[in-house]
Formats: sequence, C-alpha cells, structure tokens
Amino acid sequence: MAISGISRIALVGNPNCGKTALFNQLTGSRQKVANYAGVTVERKEGRFTAPSGRVFKLLDLPGAYSLEATSPDEVVTRDICLGRIPGEELPDLIVCVADATNLRLHLRFVLEVKRLGRPMVLALNMMDAARKRGITINRDELQRQLGMDVIETVAIRNDGAKNLMAHIDEMDVPEVHAATHESDADLHTEVRKILAAAVTMPRTTAVVDDAIDRWALHPIFGLMILAAVMFFIFQAVFSWAEPLMDGITEGVTFIGQWFASTLPDGLLRSLIVDGLFAGLGAVLVFLPQILILFLFILVLEESGYLPRAAFLLDRMMFKAGLTGRSFIPLLSSFACAIPGIMATRSIQDPRDRLTTILVAPLMTCSARLPVYTLLIAAFIPNTTVWNLFNLQGIVLFVLYVAGVTSALAVAWFIKRMRKDKSEHALLMELPSYRLPSPRNIAIGLWERAYIFMRRVTTIILSLTVLLWFLSTFPSPPEGATLPAIDYSLAGIIGHFIEPVFAPIGFNWQICIALIPGLAAREVAVAALGTVYAMSGSEDAVAAQLGPVIATQWSLATALALLAWYVFAPQCLSTLAVIRRETNSWRMVAISTGYLFGLAYLAAFLTYHITKALS
Amino acid sequence: MNLSELLPFTSAVVDQVTNVASDDPIAKRLRELGFVSGEPVRIVARGPIGADPLLVQIGFTRFALRRSEAQRVSIYLDN
Repeated sequence: MAISGISRIALVGNPNCGKTALFNQLTGSRQKVANYAGVTVERKEGRFTAPSGRVFKLLDLPGAYSLEATSPDEVVTRDICLGRIPGEELPDLIVCVADATNLRLHLRFVLEVKRLGRPMVLALNMMDAARKRGITINRDELQRQLGMDVIETVAIRNDGAKNLMAHIDEMDVPEVHAATHESDADLHTEVRKILAAAVTMPRTTAVVDDAIDRWALHPIFGLMILAAVMFFIFQAVFSWAEPLMDGITEGVTFIGQWFASTLPDGLLRSLIVDGLFAGLGAVLVFLPQILILFLFILVLEESGYLPRAAFLLDRMMFKAGLTGRSFIPLLSSFACAIPGIMATRSIQDPRDRLTTILVAPLMTCSARLPVYTLLIAAFIPNTTVWNLFNLQGIVLFVLYVAGVTSALAVAWFIKRMRKDKSEHALLMELPSYRLPSPRNIAIGLWERAYIFMRRVTTIILSLTVLLWFLSTFPSPPEGATLPAIDYSLAGIIGHFIEPVFAPIGFNWQICIALIPGLAAREVAVAALGTVYAMSGSEDAVAAQLGPVIATQWSLATALALLAWYVFAPQCLSTLAVIRRETNSWRMVAISTGYLFGLAYLAAFLTYHITKALS
Repeated sequence: MNLSELLPFTSAVVDQVTNVASDDPIAKRLRELGFVSGEPVRIVARGPIGADPLLVQIGFTRFALRRSEAQRVSIYLDN
C-alpha cells in the first residue's frame, strides 16, 4: 500500500456528468447535506472506506460549466478548488468527472481545472452508455494527452466506482503544479486535438434522444405529452396520498388520545394533546403528498425530461417575467410552497429566482384544500351545469386558476418594476435521456424528506406551542357563557382585529380562527370547529361544521373567505423558508405585505360584488 | 447570418460570437459552451410558441437558447 497524504477529495464536473450518482455510489448513505455558510448553495459531504481501510472525506461540489463563475453555485465550486472559502480546507485531490458521451463539452472544463495546478484525476463516467453508442476512447492516449490519470467509471452500476476507489487508495501524493493561463479559444483547440487523437465517435447524438425528442419537443404533441404527465402527477399526488394521509391523521390522533387518557386533566395534557400532537399532525399529514410529488420530480429529473418541460414552457413563462426553469418550483408549490421555494435553487439568474420565490405562495398548496372543501361543500350547491360539469368542481378549478393567473400577473408586475433590465439568460443544456436509477432516487427522496421535516418541525412545533398558549390563556372566568377561546389572548386579538376585517365580511369567529391558522392554513378549519363547537352547539363536531356555518354566514362572507385564502400568506413556515432562502427580512416583509394586500383586496371585491348581486 | 435565422436541420458552422455590450457574460458563456469558430452547429427543435427558444446541437451537446441569445452567434452555411 502506498502511503499518501490524500484524505480530502473534491468531486467537480459539468452539470449532467453523473457526478452526484458517482458520489452516491462512493459514499452510499453516509452523507451530510447542509448549506455553505451565508449562501443557499447545497453542501454535500460524505465519507468512504477504501479497501485498505483508510477513510476518505468526499465533497460533492456543485456542477459548473466554467470556473469563470456566473452563478452562486459556480462561485462555490471555483472558490473551494482555490481554497478561498474560510472554514473549508483546500482539497488534497480533485476528481474531475466527465461524461464519456459528452467529451467535447466536458474536456474543456477538465482542462480549465487542470490549469489551477492542483492534484487531480479524471473519472471518465458513463462508459457503459459510451460503449453502447459505439464510442471508443483510447484511455492511454487520453492520459498522455491530458497529463493526468484517467479512470473509467459507471456511476449507475453497483461496482462502477470500484476502480476509482482502488486508484485513489493506492495513489501517491500527486504533484502540485503552477497555475497556467490560456485563452478560451486555446482550450477549445486543445480539446479538438485530444478528441482527434484519443476518441472515435460514430455520430454526435444518441439515436434514442433524437427519436424521443422528435415527439417530446414537438410543438403540439410535446405540449400534449407534458399536459398528460402533469395531469397524471396531480392525480397521483392527490389520490395515492389520501389513504396515507388518513393513516397519519388517525395514528397521530390515536397517540394523542392515548396521552389524553393517560395524563391527568390539566394544562400539561392540553399542551401535549392540543398543542404538540395537533401541530405535529398538521405537518406530518402533508408528508405523503410531498414525497409522492418529489418521487415524480426526481424521476423526471433523473430521466432528463424536466429540462424538456422547461424548454416547452420557457417562452410563456418568460413573457410573464419568469423562466422555463421556474416551472418545477412552481409545480412543487401545488403540494406545498416550502419544497417549492427550496427548489428555486436550480434557477441560476438571481432575479428569476427571486420572482419565483415571491410568486410560489400563490400556487394553491394542499393546505388550502381543507378550507376550500369545507366552504365549497357548505355554500356551493352540488348541481350540474350544462349537463356536464359539477358546480362545486368548477368553483375549485376557478380557485386554482385564480392562483396561477395572479402568480403570472405578479411576476409580470415585478418584471416591470425591476430597475436592472439586463438580459436574462436561458442557456440550458438538454441532457441525454437516461433510465432513472432507484438508488439515486431513494437517496434523493430521503434527503428532501429529511430537509423538509427538519425545517418544518422546528418551526411548526415552536409556533403551535405559542399559539396553544395564546388560545389557552387566560382561562375563562367562572360562569362563562361564551367559548373558552373567546376569553383567551387569541380571542382578545380576534375581537381587536374584527373592525379591520368587517369591511370584507369576516365575523369575529373567523378573525379568531385566522390566528391559529397562521401556523398552517388548514388549522383554521380546526379552529373554526373549536369556536363554533363551544359557542352553544356543543354537539357540533368538525364534520358538522359545514351546516353550522351555512346557516350562520352569508354567501358573500363565504366567498370572501375563499378569495382571501387564494392569496393570504397565512403560513409562517413559508415566510420562514423565504427568509432562509433569500437571507433577507426585506423579502419576507415584501411577500407578506403584497399577499395580505391582494388577499384583502380580493376578499373586499368578492364580498361587495356578491352582496350587490344577491 | 446569425444562428436565430438558421432553419431546423440545416448544417452550419460557427463563425464567431459577438458581444452586445463591452462586458457580455452571455456571449462569454456561449464561447465557453463551445460556440467557437469552426464548430458545426444545427437547430434540432424550436419552442411551440413563436419558435422560441431554439434547441441547438453543438459538439455532442444540446442547448436551449432564446432567440436573443442565438443572435449573438454568427454562422455560415456548411456546403
């Protein structure tokens, strides 16, 4: 065994070179995902044990086309390679990953990294795909031309990184060279020279890609395929998740009730059952939907379809002040704005990213559904119009459309208002189609679920405890006739803000429900249940809430509340994620302000127009 | 002619990428991605609305470019 001083390794490479799959292959589940200090760039670190028993630390750097960085991701990659980030050690070895089927592009980056003079090796990835396409690569010649070791890998096969691991294990400390500078044209000339000497390629594209793209990118069929894929995903997210969501609700309620029956009646019991378990249940219930949605997004991402969707929609979204790349984050926001806003990291232009973050809360997230279904069932007659459509279904559809339309309008407005009018770049690579690997999908799913749970549980749990406190204290006086919540701080605040909401038709009960609804929108339904269950009609449980409000509210109030919910930023977790992703309280203030403004305006108009018409 | 005027599936060769401003990061990135003199180029698909963006085959890679981006790339037909 050679004694070498290598212990920290960095993986670099172009986007779509299979770097992350290789990272997963080397480290398995031993990964740590976090952020680089001060920026929202994901930092993925893992370790692996080589055959000799030595342990290596591996850092998966963000994909980059060039060291002349144009995005925060590329800045991180460049600065790590140069040892410029405080607290991040300079890697002992750079493993540059290149896709063997895409060497014309990837070798340029290899040469650019080589100019840094750092110790490096080249992992020639996707060798299986290259062989299948009849591409032959003379490895010895390539090593000679590049002046570095070249190791073939197949990141999607189980032993596909074995050679690389063994090579690193037995490597001597490579020399550090002086950094050199060549112009871009020189780099391209050198790539052409190397390709001519070491690579033969029957054709420049994969037959399969050409065949699929002829349909997937067709102006008409392409859009139809995209619509079908979206429809299927929506169906799956809402129908497959339902039994799981019911199961989680029942499970959490069951454990909560067990605590309720075990603990003595009192504040502690109330805190655990009404505070902790109600709050936990409210979050956990969305996990199945989020996981199913992420599963589809990961499969589409791994297969190479997502950039195609972005290609088809770019023009439309660009007109509205967004970019094709906003499509995925906005799609995720239909399940929940939190993963949606997290997904905006893939948008390179900071202006496009900010606009997408600001409009993501306008997508109808699934937390609004309980509110919508309650109000629609109570106020909209279940009749058929034009012998074809269900009126309740139409109203729900209109609410979704209202969200999307207003998002486009807001994005357009932001584009108009922005001072920096310089051009936004698309410059998006459409990678080869690939069969998604179950292992990468499983790891990706686990990572995202973990990040989501960690973020949301900390925020929601602390908030629910706070809200429980607000709605519990002070307790009602002796001989109280009104519901207990009416005497609490939440009740006092509800009455206090009632005059503000009276012009849009909200009564004090709604105002009270809006306060616990801040933690998560659907909690407002439970809160309304509490308010009404305790205000006389003791037998009314949540399921009977519909008929109760149907007799007590006017149609105008109900429609105004629906309109309110299309916009209202009643989700502190979303605001917390906006704070994290933008690093700016100003953006939190702007999104809260504009969403409240729109919500109030929409509810005001709806209330008064309905009143005038009825 | 420039790349935005090229018809689909017609072979052409890149002449050069022109900066539209003195500092043009998009032009710079295009050159990094392989849009350099002498490189064969082809349009393989166009977006459904306004034939925008363009899907451009350069080297072994496909890039989606908006028309304004493609206008920076001057080309000549490959005979």
